[in-house]
Amino acid sequence: MALAAFLLIAAVALVSALGLILKRNAVHGALFLVVNLGSIAALYLMLGAEFLAAAQVIIYAGAIMVLFVFAIMVLIPGKEETGPDPRRSYRLLAAPLGALLLFELAVALAARRGAPGAATAPAGSVEAIGRLLFTDFLFPFELTSVLLLAAMVGVLLLARRRA
Amino acid sequence: MGAPGLHAYLVLAALVFAIGLFGVLTRRNAIGILLGIELMLNAVNINLVAFARFNADLVGLVFTLFTIPITVAEVGVGLAIIIAIFRARKTIEADHLNLLRG
Repeated sequence: MALAAFLLIAAVALVSALGLILKRNAVHGALFLVVNLGSIAALYLMLGAEFLAAAQVIIYAGAIMVLFVFAIMVLIPGKEETGPDPRRSYRLLAAPLGALLLFELAVALAARRGAPGAATAPAGSVEAIGRLLFTDFLFPFELTSVLLLAAMVGVLLLARRRA
Repeated sequence: MGAPGLHAYLVLAALVFAIGLFGVLTRRNAIGILLGIELMLNAVNINLVAFARFNADLVGLVFTLFTIPITVAEVGVGLAIIIAIFRARKTIEADHLNLLRG
């Protein structure tokens, strides 16, 4: 079971990585990167690193991807969308598929309410990581904040429009 | 059919790293190159987390927590440089940026 899950996640990660490389369109590349980062977050979950999985989703799939998509939007103007919709059939398919997904979610939630509440998982590694981060690795941790500050000042300087 | 071992994660990370390296070397678009670098950094993170798990040592996880902000700084500065280059040269095709070529 665990092996099957690993193989599935690994396949998603590899296919999305290949898609990122082989697609010439930069926006498609960025979206493939989201899929890849999400599958890696799932791998972290399999490895028992819940906190890292959450951080991966929030930082990579959230912050970094917004940055990438924004830069692509600024730098690579796409063609104006005019004329008839080329993907009309896909869009017509989207509504029933979305309804199906909603139904599935509702069924899953209903089944979960009936089941006895699972015992809360042990604190996981969050507490241990935090303890390690603020004792043994306190100095590197503080250095990271200095690095981020330096990067922020550098980006502001680079992005400033020369008057 | 048991749980995947350490070697499975290492092989996957190596494959993702190789794909990212291929992307960095073949993409002409500077943003595409940055996307490839992201892939490579994530492959390294997979390795760190897998080693941390299979050696039952949390230091690998803490190390990954340090590489993530460094990646964020790298992307931020990299995209700012690309935007500055675009303002100056009106292109982000890596082949056209040969100002430092001897």
